[in-house]
Amino acid sequence: MSNNLLTVAYIAASALFILSLGGLSDQETARKGNLYGIAGMLIAVVATAIGSINGSGYGILTVAVVPGVVIGAIVASRVAMTSMPELVAILHSFVGMAAVLVGIANYLQPGQPLVGVEETIHKLEIFIGVFIGAVTFTGSVIAFGKLRTIIKSKPLRLPARHFLNLVMLMASVGLGVWFMGVESPDGLMPLLLMTTIASLLGVHLVMAIGGADMPVVISMLNSYSGWAAAAAGFMLSNDLLIITGALVGSSGAILSYIMCRAMNRSFISVILGGFGTSNSSAQSSSQIMGESVSTTVDETVEWLLNAKQVIITPGYGMAVAQAQHSVSEITKQLRKRGVEVRFGIHPVAGRLPGHMNVLLAEANVPYDIVLEMDEINEDFLKTDVVLVIGANDTVNPSAAEDPESPIAGMPVLEVWKAKHVVVMKRSMASGYAGVENPLFYKENTHMLFGDAKKNVDLILNHLQSQEEAIGVSKALATSTAG
Amino acid sequence: MTIAVEKDVNPNQSSEVEQKVGMTIGIPKEIYPGECRVAATPETAKMLQKMGFQVLVESGAGNAANFSDEAYQQVGCEVTSDVMALWNAANIVLKVRSPQFHPTLNRPETELLRPGQTLVSFIYPAQNPDLLEKLAAQTVTALAMDAIPRITRAQKMDALSAMANTAGYRAVIEAANHFGRFFTGQITAAGKVPPAKVLIIGAGVAGLAAIGTARGLGAIVRAFDTRLVVKEQVQSLGAEFLELSFKEDGSGEGGYAKVMSEEFIKAEMALFAEQAKDVDIIITTALVPGKKAPLLITRDMVESMKDGSVIVDMAAEQGGNCEVTKPNEVYRYNGVTIVGLTDLTSRMANQSSQLYGTNLCHLLTDMGGSRDFKVDLDNEVIRGALVSYNGDVTYPPPKPTTPPPAPAQPTPQQAVQPIQAQNAQQPSLGFSKWFAPILLGSALVGVGLTAPPSFLSHFTVFTLACFVGWQVIWNVKPALHTPLMSVTNAISGIIIIGGMLQISGSLTSATTILGAIAILIGTINISGGFLVTQRMLKMFQK
Repeated sequence: MSNNLLTVAYIAASALFILSLGGLSDQETARKGNLYGIAGMLIAVVATAIGSINGSGYGILTVAVVPGVVIGAIVASRVAMTSMPELVAILHSFVGMAAVLVGIANYLQPGQPLVGVEETIHKLEIFIGVFIGAVTFTGSVIAFGKLRTIIKSKPLRLPARHFLNLVMLMASVGLGVWFMGVESPDGLMPLLLMTTIASLLGVHLVMAIGGADMPVVISMLNSYSGWAAAAAGFMLSNDLLIITGALVGSSGAILSYIMCRAMNRSFISVILGGFGTSNSSAQSSSQIMGESVSTTVDETVEWLLNAKQVIITPGYGMAVAQAQHSVSEITKQLRKRGVEVRFGIHPVAGRLPGHMNVLLAEANVPYDIVLEMDEINEDFLKTDVVLVIGANDTVNPSAAEDPESPIAGMPVLEVWKAKHVVVMKRSMASGYAGVENPLFYKENTHMLFGDAKKNVDLILNHLQSQEEAIGVSKALATSTAG
Repeated sequence: MTIAVEKDVNPNQSSEVEQKVGMTIGIPKEIYPGECRVAATPETAKMLQKMGFQVLVESGAGNAANFSDEAYQQVGCEVTSDVMALWNAANIVLKVRSPQFHPTLNRPETELLRPGQTLVSFIYPAQNPDLLEKLAAQTVTALAMDAIPRITRAQKMDALSAMANTAGYRAVIEAANHFGRFFTGQITAAGKVPPAKVLIIGAGVAGLAAIGTARGLGAIVRAFDTRLVVKEQVQSLGAEFLELSFKEDGSGEGGYAKVMSEEFIKAEMALFAEQAKDVDIIITTALVPGKKAPLLITRDMVESMKDGSVIVDMAAEQGGNCEVTKPNEVYRYNGVTIVGLTDLTSRMANQSSQLYGTNLCHLLTDMGGSRDFKVDLDNEVIRGALVSYNGDVTYPPPKPTTPPPAPAQPTPQQAVQPIQAQNAQQPSLGFSKWFAPILLGSALVGVGLTAPPSFLSHFTVFTLACFVGWQVIWNVKPALHTPLMSVTNAISGIIIIGGMLQISGSLTSATTILGAIAILIGTINISGGFLVTQRMLKMFQK
């Protein structure tokens, strides 16, 4: 295959990737978009296989690709939707690792004598590509571990950790200078050393970040994996890799930005460590006084049945309790009785951007009643009942009302404006941010303590049995009337 | 009930005991000529009864405000035509106007009051010291509705504001009545009609009500006030706030404007003279408490106005803001209609009675209702309104010292402001604002000077792809962010191409092996990513 044909194939693949991402702008077009992506990938791989591989290469390709496809397919079909964050994290780590391998391999590849500036740039590209790849790889592995709770999700705070990061960064730069100064095979030493340091950096960066900041970390790693691919594209002079890497990189960057904005925190402050870096949390939390009122399942069911408008605001707790199917059933029951039920999703609910939407979709909740925070916030005023399931910081009124609060200014779901708020929670413990939640003490708030799944199931049972009861009483009524 | 009333009629009975039994409120008919308002409407009478009061209404009291005797009877009030009996029976007398000379009984109303009785009405204590003496001499407990302090807590009892509101509305209606044109601009088959231009001087409660009404009718509204704090309120109603280049804030105590400096008044007058030539309607509402109303519109200004213009002087009773105003009169001066009506609220009797009656209800609630009725001297609101008590004149009360709070802002904004300020601090350091562009610029120059053409062409592709990605990703629905991540995961598996380019060498070379591993894991990414995305997207169902 001629070089020109290969280029054309790459252009087609790039266009298809862009279409694929563009398709995600709507649920209707998303599936088609995904198919575009697959088509683009096939074109790219086949064209490269035909154009750039010869001899024994095909055998190796087959040996490498077939198990890869099989493993991927198995993982993809088995993974539970609640574990999507883990899957995404580990896939990021693969990209990072591949970038490292490609970089090192490229460095070791004989031939292609480059001279002068071109050589310098090429070496620089390799070095940067491997660095980003290594950080992505270990960072993602740690993120995976934290999400799987193999590693504690509490942020690890080494003393002088910012200094430590800086030292590692400086060391990498120093090794870079060394690497640039020597000829081809001799540079392997500094390159590998740098890879090790970058790996440590990745570990340390993510270790310092707590569980609820995971949406930011994952989208950040998503971005890194893109940049790693783009760097690989530069070193291989491959425009397709550059384009794809840039697309993925900006996608991750935007997602990180959206997540940070949803928490009213700067990107830097998330990356450099979790909450509590600001020291005001303890003070303001002590100010909240009052008593929370607990309620029963019976009472909650009564409110739900008498309501016209119900909004459910799920959080990570719903995913942990695996309560989404029961929640979906409740929604169906209530809708059947003419109660308008909708869902309000905070951008950082869950551990992955859009995680709640996927979980609700899995449980067959129609996506047109699942609304974003901005879409639904105004409607809380005319809402009769709000069910808060496993969410805490994302419904904390102190973000809007208490300028001293560490989460002040963070946009939150304004559930407290509704007539009744039922908060399902294990205990009175504060949320991830360690901030007391004044919502629990508001007059219109009632707490429903206990396991979310259990309580949701109880509510569902009540609803179902009531339905039978209503059926029976109706039958009785008609018989007496007759 | 009749028995209870008769029991109360006996003036010798200890008032202490009566108060426990349930108090009677008397609503006499207003006797001031032309006064149409009444101190309780059937609706507010019902509220009073809910508080535990018995309500006794003079026959015909509500007639002028379109409340019939039957309407009062329907809500459980007793209607009597015996004025003397009513004054005798009532523990509390609610009135609109201050006590006057009763024309049919031929004696002043103050003489109808008996010791220990409570009177609530407009009294204007500053202007009527004689009346206060009389009330004190009778040992009447008198509360002046016009002396209720203008603090946040007392807003619901602020009868002056309630009345000013109706008066402001009516002022515009009167102006419209005498103005021979549309307020709103129209384009009709018969030609174009320009909108009326209305100038409102003084943006107090009356002024704001007038602004709202005139805007509602479609006029172009301009407003002036010496107090700069009202600017936002004026603008929020859709009017233009006229400002002098002169800096002086006229916010005084109790929500009124203070007297301004001479230079200021000069600048102000120049502004009015200029506006008078341009506008069609001027409504003036400027009052300084306890003083003659300031003169704002001179004879010259009136003469400079267009024929057919209208001036409504809402300060006519206090001497007028306009030089040619004649109180209680509507007449034409040099082609300009001058409205000097002083009974604007009375012309809205139904509405203003309702509002005034509600103010009274709130005041009585604050005083403890029927059961716990008492005069609490520590209550800032009650103390402010109390002008006669236990035989003493208790006006003026100790003065409130602070100016009123600035117009209430929605609290979330206030809460956010300090945070924004905090966040803004870092980038606001002049240099750092330029730091990023400068860095970027010099980096680009550096690249341009040193990089070879091959790199530059890749760099172009890279930059463009970043922008394309930026544009495309912003369109992605937040609900689809998880599929977005998995699909980007899949396509970043494109890195296998990097591996594929390196496996054509010797089977055992490091390059080939590393390349092969890269392909393996990259492929997992691709197939896993695309398949899981497909699986997820299938779940999204309407």
